Amino acid sequence: MDIKVTINGVKKVFNADPGEKLLDLLRREGYKGAKRGCSTGDCGSCAVIINGKLVNSCLIFAGQADGHTITTIEAIGTVNEPHIIQRTFVEEGAVQCGFCTPGMILATKVLLDKEKDPTLTQIREALSGNLCRCTGYVKIENAVIRSAEKMRSE
Amino acid sequence: MKNFINLGRDVNRLDGYDKVSGNAKYIADYEFPGMLYAKVLRSPHPHAEIISINTSAAEKMEGVIAVTHSGKCSHKMGLYLVDRPVFATGKVRFKGEPVAAVAALTEDIAAAAIKKIKVKYKMLPLVDNIEDALDKNATLVHPDLMKYSYLPIYYPKKGTNIFNHFPLRKGDIKKGFKQSYKIYENEFTLPQIQHVPMEPHGAIAKWDRNDKLTVYSSVQSPFTLRNLLRLAFGLSHKDVRVIAPYVGGGFGGKAGINMEPLAVALAKEAKGKWIKLIFSREEVFLGTTVRQAMRARVKTGIAKNGRIIAEEIEMIFDGGAYAEYGTNVVRAAGYTCIGPYDIKNVKGDTYGVYTNHLVGGAFRGFGHGELHWAVESQMDIIANDLKMDPAEFRRLNVLKPGSINSMGEKITKHTGDMVACIDAVAKDLKWGKPSKKPAKPYIKRGKGLAVLEKAPAMPANATSCARVKFNEDATVIVQFSGMEIGQGCITALTQIAAERLKMDVSKLHAAGLPDTDFSPYEWQTVASRITWAVGNAIINAVDDAHEKIKKVASKVLKVKASQLDIDGEKVFVIGNKGKSIALPLIIMGYQYPDGHTIGGPVEGVGTFTPHLTNLDAKTGQGHAAAEWTFGCEGAEIEVDTRTGELKILNLVGAFDLGTVINPSTARGQIIGGMIQGLGSAVLEELKYKDGKIANPSFVDYKIPTAADLPDKIKHIFIQTPDDGGPFGARAIGEHPMISIPPAIANAIYDATGVRIKALPLTDEKILSSLKEKK
Repeated sequence: MDIKVTINGVKKVFNADPGEKLLDLLRREGYKGAKRGCSTGDCGSCAVIINGKLVNSCLIFAGQADGHTITTIEAIGTVNEPHIIQRTFVEEGAVQCGFCTPGMILATKVLLDKEKDPTLTQIREALSGNLCRCTGYVKIENAVIRSAEKMRSE
Repeated sequence: MKNFINLGRDVNRLDGYDKVSGNAKYIADYEFPGMLYAKVLRSPHPHAEIISINTSAAEKMEGVIAVTHSGKCSHKMGLYLVDRPVFATGKVRFKGEPVAAVAALTEDIAAAAIKKIKVKYKMLPLVDNIEDALDKNATLVHPDLMKYSYLPIYYPKKGTNIFNHFPLRKGDIKKGFKQSYKIYENEFTLPQIQHVPMEPHGAIAKWDRNDKLTVYSSVQSPFTLRNLLRLAFGLSHKDVRVIAPYVGGGFGGKAGINMEPLAVALAKEAKGKWIKLIFSREEVFLGTTVRQAMRARVKTGIAKNGRIIAEEIEMIFDGGAYAEYGTNVVRAAGYTCIGPYDIKNVKGDTYGVYTNHLVGGAFRGFGHGELHWAVESQMDIIANDLKMDPAEFRRLNVLKPGSINSMGEKITKHTGDMVACIDAVAKDLKWGKPSKKPAKPYIKRGKGLAVLEKAPAMPANATSCARVKFNEDATVIVQFSGMEIGQGCITALTQIAAERLKMDVSKLHAAGLPDTDFSPYEWQTVASRITWAVGNAIINAVDDAHEKIKKVASKVLKVKASQLDIDGEKVFVIGNKGKSIALPLIIMGYQYPDGHTIGGPVEGVGTFTPHLTNLDAKTGQGHAAAEWTFGCEGAEIEVDTRTGELKILNLVGAFDLGTVINPSTARGQIIGGMIQGLGSAVLEELKYKDGKIANPSFVDYKIPTAADLPDKIKHIFIQTPDDGGPFGARAIGEHPMISIPPAIANAIYDATGVRIKALPLTDEKILSSLKEKK
């Protein structure tokens, strides 16, 4: 089946099997920033943004993305031109092994697009679907707070 | 503190932008042309004889390229004790053990094929816990134990399930108890837990037709993996190449050898093809390793002045079905058995026993999270009974300069400052002042603390090598094979190299992701040893490069090499900086005006070997600790006595980590470790039903999320320079996890008067203990 999406600002048509999960399709097509941590929607490593909402791409069928707008980590910024959130994650030391990082950054992006000045409770809630085993989350929280500050002053 | 150019400052992680952009590649991100995909058939039973394996239906399936099992691959593997078959051979010893594997054109075909493999089993009696394992008439999980090869520093017991017994004897235990004013005896337990790295384990292997093997793996120990693969498969080191990409979290679970042989066994059957095997999350739970369960009995004798004068401790580890790595957990726990205390008379007996449980292996802080759970709960029980302040009781009894530790090592002022760690935590917790009174009478608040120590647990011949290579423009490439598993070693080690080179870190590039064909040797990235050991090797490598530069410069400048010094830009005559050669003019060879050139490209090589000894077989005395890191952790909590609900208000950890190389990454390791410790304290437990694991998923095995964070969490650096560490640094990677569980249990006691002796400290357990107390 053909799946028409706008992915990272570009209109594309992908061919997918009816039973294929969106994560499988994305990784097959080279969007490898979406990571497979569990396949059960519990860890958030595979998160992408669909129509402005954070979605675990391992949980939904590729077909469910048909007609929608997808943003993956690859479109947030690059090594040489990072987004404020990405730069702040590096500067705050919020990255360790890095496996959860794309999902964390996308979760942060979705939060900060909605809430310019989130409370700690809002931050913890927004990140609670994204597991991290390295950082203990504290530096990630700090990075979210600092990102929000920087984005407000831009 | 010395004035450093590159140390003690928050250099941004050198792998940071790769990781935030999705650019960093992990094992699952690698694809090669013509790649085949693998799936593993696992045992549905915890203990059974394999009567037959029939793979013919699977082999006939279209798209299936290779099928293998113990009939084709009967190799055993193991780091310290070679007891673990690649595929279950003759019998299965735990539910989830690999029985067969398939490589096919797609994952779906491979998954369908393993379902067509028919295996007939005959059930065997289940060894389901430590008691079963030690029973007089116990079923032996490994009747051939004594036939296995193992290092002579482990002591299996013939005709039993005991794969290692580590005895420790110091002083005169009988006399110690005889002189005691009070004696305390308690038992503590903890369950198996899992590392839960966010990245599942994976490997990609190709066995070429010329019998050269290449393996990509998510691995903490590329060289040790190479060594164990070549041993298992009968190859020469030169014919095995291991390439290690970024590792998405390890915590010990990717140390030694793991699941790689499964991919290699298939690769051998499908020569010339890349075989990719990536574990599912369930397979990570079932098919990798876990922290061993433990039961400890601690008996402590106290003198009238509150000094501990005798301690007898017996720890029994449930090592699971195989002990190839886990046997060293037993040893490490055994030689540190009393924790960081100065006790004259000690009798320690630490055992590892086989059961039909998941395989126990290396886990962050191994042996030490376990022993400190017992010891630090015991110390609190004693202090409270003696009506002594628990912090003061520890100050009185912990190791200080001049003390002799459990294995007979003398503590010096360079070893670290245990008392400073206690003081720092006590200050942060406002120790001695009661907690702020909660508004509701049924909410009870309390404080607790617990100390810890750990040295890198490694054999005496665990060595490191590093290289520094000058480029034409006098920038430098640093090579080492410490693995970047999230701890920040690429950044910290580059800072150490830059400091010794007297250059800014921006002039260096760390080639930190190893390829055993090209990278310098490294034993393993385990035991919090990389910054410390590889840092020393790097310093030696820089010194070697500098010697080479000076040798050439001494000919050009016509002075002795000893009269020369080097800064980041030039080699110069000491006392006459004008007489110098800029580094770019010499590091590729110095060319005279007539064209003739002396010297050549400058590469420095450095090695490091810790000075350790084996321990005495009967007493455990000797020198197994390259360096110690001391620490103290504290907690303030509240309990809702109606429901047992535990809330963590404050966690604090103080560690004497010597010179801090990078405060940001050190803090990351500390806070991250404390939260992993929090998980082990209140949430995590692998549960068994009839020998089968009941919770191998994130739905049923919870780890801390952002929503579980305490209101406050704080780290404190104590910086007593280590006289053997690079620029005075010492280990910190594992330690923060170790004593969070006893700190919280001690705080629960302070709040409620309830003493819980079995981890985890769940709300249900607190509630039932409160009810019992009434």
